[in-house]
Amino acid sequence: MAAPTQRRIIFQHIDEPGYSNDLACYVRHGGYDVLKKAVTRPPAELIDEVKKSGLRGRGGAGFPCGVKWGLVDRKSGKPIYLIVNADESEPGTFKDRYIMHQDPHQLIEGTMISCFANNVKQAYIYIRGEMPHGARILEKAIAEARAAGFVGKNILGTTYSCDIFVHRGAGAYICGEETGLIESLEGKRANPRIKPPYFPAVLGLYQCPTIVNNVETLCHVKHIVEFGGDAFTKIGTPNNTGTRIFCVSGHVQRPGYYEFEAGKITMGQLLHEVCGGPLPGRTFKAVIPGGSSAKILRFGERFKGKRKVGAEMVDYDWGVEDVPMDFDSLGMIGTMGGSGGVIVMDDTVNMVEALANINAFYSHESCGQCTPCREGSLWMKKITTRMVHGQARSEDAALLKSVADQIPGRTICAFGEACSWPTQSFIAKFGDEFKHYPETKKTAKPAGAPELV
Amino acid sequence: MNLKPTTLTQIDEVITHYPTKRSATLPLLHLIQEDVGYIPEGAIEWIATKLELEPINVYEVVTFYPMFRQKPIGRRHIKVCRTLSCALLGGYKTCEQFEKEFNTHRGEVSPDGEVTVDFVECLASCGTAPVVLIDDDLHEKVDCAKAKQLSAQIKAEAKKR
Amino acid sequence: MIAPPKPDLVTVNIDGREIAVPKGTNVIEAARLVNVDVPHYCYHPKLTIVGNCRMCLIEMGMPAVDPATKAPIMDPATGKQKINWIPRPQIGCGTNVSPGLHVKTTSPMVKDAREGVMEFLLINHPLDCPICDQAGECKLQEQSTGYGRGYSRFVEQKNVKPKRTQLGPRVTLDDERCILCSRCIRFSKEIAKDDVLGFIDRGSYSTLTCFPGKQLTNNYSLNTVDICPVGALTSTDFRFKMRVWFLKQTNSLDTESSVGANTVVWSREGQIYRITPRRNDEVNDTWMADSGRELFKTLRAADRLTAVKVNGADSGLDLAANAAADLFKAYAGAIAVVGSARSTVEEQFLTKKLAVALNAPTQLVSRVGPGDTLLISADRNPNVRGALVTGLIAALPAQTLPALAASVDAGKTRVIVSVGEDLAAAGLTAAQLAKVAVVYLGTHANATSAVAKVVLPTLAVFEKNGTLVNQQFRLQKFAKAVPAPAGATDDLIVLAKLAAAAGASVPSDLGSLWKLLAAEVPGLGPITYANLPETGLLLDATPFAALPFVEGETLHYKPVAPAVAVATA
Ligand SMILES: Cc1cc2nc3c(=O)[nH]c(=O)nc-3n(C[C@H](O)[C@H](O)[C@H](O)COP(=O)(O)O)c2cc1C
Ligand code: SF4
Ligand code: SF4
Ligand code: FES
Ligand code: FES
Repeated sequence: MAAPTQRRIIFQHIDEPGYSNDLACYVRHGGYDVLKKAVTRPPAELIDEVKKSGLRGRGGAGFPCGVKWGLVDRKSGKPIYLIVNADESEPGTFKDRYIMHQDPHQLIEGTMISCFANNVKQAYIYIRGEMPHGARILEKAIAEARAAGFVGKNILGTTYSCDIFVHRGAGAYICGEETGLIESLEGKRANPRIKPPYFPAVLGLYQCPTIVNNVETLCHVKHIVEFGGDAFTKIGTPNNTGTRIFCVSGHVQRPGYYEFEAGKITMGQLLHEVCGGPLPGRTFKAVIPGGSSAKILRFGERFKGKRKVGAEMVDYDWGVEDVPMDFDSLGMIGTMGGSGGVIVMDDTVNMVEALANINAFYSHESCGQCTPCREGSLWMKKITTRMVHGQARSEDAALLKSVADQIPGRTICAFGEACSWPTQSFIAKFGDEFKHYPETKKTAKPAGAPELV
Repeated sequence: MNLKPTTLTQIDEVITHYPTKRSATLPLLHLIQEDVGYIPEGAIEWIATKLELEPINVYEVVTFYPMFRQKPIGRRHIKVCRTLSCALLGGYKTCEQFEKEFNTHRGEVSPDGEVTVDFVECLASCGTAPVVLIDDDLHEKVDCAKAKQLSAQIKAEAKKR
Repeated sequence: MIAPPKPDLVTVNIDGREIAVPKGTNVIEAARLVNVDVPHYCYHPKLTIVGNCRMCLIEMGMPAVDPATKAPIMDPATGKQKINWIPRPQIGCGTNVSPGLHVKTTSPMVKDAREGVMEFLLINHPLDCPICDQAGECKLQEQSTGYGRGYSRFVEQKNVKPKRTQLGPRVTLDDERCILCSRCIRFSKEIAKDDVLGFIDRGSYSTLTCFPGKQLTNNYSLNTVDICPVGALTSTDFRFKMRVWFLKQTNSLDTESSVGANTVVWSREGQIYRITPRRNDEVNDTWMADSGRELFKTLRAADRLTAVKVNGADSGLDLAANAAADLFKAYAGAIAVVGSARSTVEEQFLTKKLAVALNAPTQLVSRVGPGDTLLISADRNPNVRGALVTGLIAALPAQTLPALAASVDAGKTRVIVSVGEDLAAAGLTAAQLAKVAVVYLGTHANATSAVAKVVLPTLAVFEKNGTLVNQQFRLQKFAKAVPAPAGATDDLIVLAKLAAAAGASVPSDLGSLWKLLAAEVPGLGPITYANLPETGLLLDATPFAALPFVEGETLHYKPVAPAVAVATA
């Protein structure tokens, strides 16, 4: 089956010749019209549209946005904050970058609509430190929008006021985790908080109710309010509404970002047709479908079971290529859609080395607060690095698995899962490669094999 | 620590963005590092006084975030992405190339004082791997040839000075 | 005594046992109530909860209800309401009880989680227990026997961190032993209000430190040593001196001020090695000042009084009592007593008996200093309230004794019995002291003992039993930890002998004394030394409500403004 064509909603203007990131260009393309209409409607109605739309967060967890907004404590009398999670630091993910650099006003409009809908008093955009230009572009865009009455005091002549400030991170992945982000924004080490009691919706920024949403999620809000929540559900598939941006990297002919209706494209279509397949002379070996934390898939493995289609349960029997790229299908086969970062590895890649690369990332990024993640992530890194650069033992595979098994579900934040799922899944899918690594090491590497650690 | 008047103005402005002064810790560190090139001695106490904190509160933050450095670096900062997507397409080689070009090692100032080469984690541009951040500018698809070319450019600019 | 309000109770089930616990209790504390130990490192009952060590993981479930009707769902197998167990472990420290909460602390899931955490904590730990001061008190050592795997699978290089850092004048840090629980940081910030400790760097390389150039100098620094669950923070003074399991523990009190922090004295063979706080949620929680831990160091000082003296020559107790009796007879009507607000309640009671027998006016000397708002109050005497309760005094003491000085000058006072008070320090001049005969009871030499006619060496607080009344009017007891040096006699015996010399017969043992106290002192009712709880009893303070006590606010104490006579219109 031929791959569907891209449906660019969020990325409509990305890389469009002649499209610039200033206000004039945005307004020429109909920018801020949705905000203008939105502020004439009751805020509750806007929240309803988002609830109806079924929008799921694009930051990684796929949590329904409307439900999240519904959890916000509106009775405490404390101000409500909104934080735009622009930390974009999950390896393999590179979508928010383009929105902020090339179409910042789309984000600002989505943010202001969301703020108005939730009676937010102040919004912050937490942008990762390694995007200094992005921060400047956003600051300039906010200034333009402020001058034009879209942001700040009495927006568009209403009684509603809300400002946006840009806050820069400084190179810590854990600032993507929402409570770590909040601590960081409060000027502290980004140590995630325990939940309960510190659910952002109740005790978030400055112990006030706080909404944390991903950049792309908030952009979707703009389009939901434009189309209407019901109409939005027509895009994509049930429970996976709207579009998804896939960030494809690694060993494909045409890496890059691609926006499709959610659930309408399979992994095979994406990698073979859209991305042009493997590099010349190579074959696909493995793919991580949703950012480096997602569990890896091995080309050649099959997934069988029953799934719901409409009201019916039907059998499925999929190879990796057959899996529809949506939250539910990917979840069903034991991995996740996550942030949409698809990392492809071909047959030149040794899985021990690839895991060593990933483990180095996680041990470097663990905030170090809680024991299993702090010690486990470094231990796994030490094992895999030793396997590559020192002595590899056949028993290391079992040890790695056992160390990884002692982490998830026992930590303060989901980094525990993020850092252990790669090891768990690499060993589950490529256990033989780990067991045989002591011998493999002695033989010559395949031509073109990358150095990974 | 001698900060430029514009930095001081920016510092006073950014503090107003937050209901608590402490929130301005990261912004102040960024502003000072941009001005001085690193977080110099005395800056931590200065920030602590400015934001009504204890110095340890600022020190904890400075050391948590890898972007802040407490020592001067080379004139240009070359940050090569180390993470998987870039490594799959030769990120390690790219880094070695820069090290060779400037006769230096990762994490050190090159002998001519021109650059510091560092490995950093994913820069959120994996689709154009391998990527390199030189000061504020992102360079995409930096294979060895492009690394050479970028190095030559840096060297040429250095000569002009 | 006023009964505290009954808290709302919540019934929970821990390892199959039902128990009602106050609302707001966490699972660790609830389990403690049924003698179930939930191991933990970062949790401390008096600090904020951060949930970082993950040692206290437990399995948790709630009774199942129908989501629509809220009707309980029954389990046909047991006939009881079904329990929905959460498939992943939860932290006991951060989980508060709720009605019907079910907890398992020994299930395979819990066991596995604990084993995992223990292993993780040990991989980068130096395991130098044989040379570690914490041995015997180390929660890591204790729990690794209880919950650990018993062997190491870790073949990698351990992290290297600073060893033996002097954090302050009294505290030494070994970063390699630190398990990053942050108790010490939270204590410094939240209790001592001296935010000098913190973690630098990240992940497994996180390292506890003081800000460079700063030190952990505050007067509560040693509490960090007490609460450090491992041997990372050690007392520089106590370091390597003695294995704790050789030491005897005796309950005592901090006599530095009227706070009366509860303490434990650790001793062996008559020698005190250290003093640590003892938990009393109404007084000092689990803390005490560093200064209070040093008090024992003067016990064997060179100026300790160890010989009874009469007219400067060595003597014996009975001879000295005779000499005092002679003075009492010779100068009857011209005798004054200077009692002590550092004496115990029992001693003050006998002091009063003596004063009455001598028909002597009695005064006390006040000592004040700045309060630290935590555990050292402005009143540096531990027992002013005791003197009020026993009726030794009726008004608050002053820092000097001008009336007594004037009386000496006028020749009206010729003999002074001083219970440990240096009269020179209380404002009497050398000339005035030269005009009187002093009978001095005390522990250490001073200007008064030097000129006293009769010197009677007595005991320090660590060498005797007794009670004190703190600023809250809480009667608290302490016990003898070490024997007194030869030549020093229990204050009660000395006071009883002096009373006898003055013609009064009083007992000198605590048992008989408390019978008298209960009979003669209003409010002491059925109390005896033996039945007084270790955390003390609140006495009725209303009779003294009008007195202008000097204390400001400290932990668990708010001064009540003295009741002023209301002007009637
Ligand atoms: C370790 C970790 C890293 C994360 N990093 C990011 C990130 O870089 N960007 C992001 O939007 N969300 C990230 N998240 C998810 C956020 O915690 C949060 O769920 C999200 O911002 C919510 O937004 P959404 O509901 O719009 O998806 C991360 C979560 C974890 C556990
Ligand atoms: S799981 Fe890891 S990142 Fe999250 S709080 Fe614990 S140590 Fe920090
Ligand atoms: S020094 Fe002790 S109390 Fe402080 S963080 Fe380390 S283990 Fe915890
Ligand atoms: S892996 Fe290098 S930019 Fe993402
Ligand atoms: S005691 Fe440390 S997590 Fe509960």
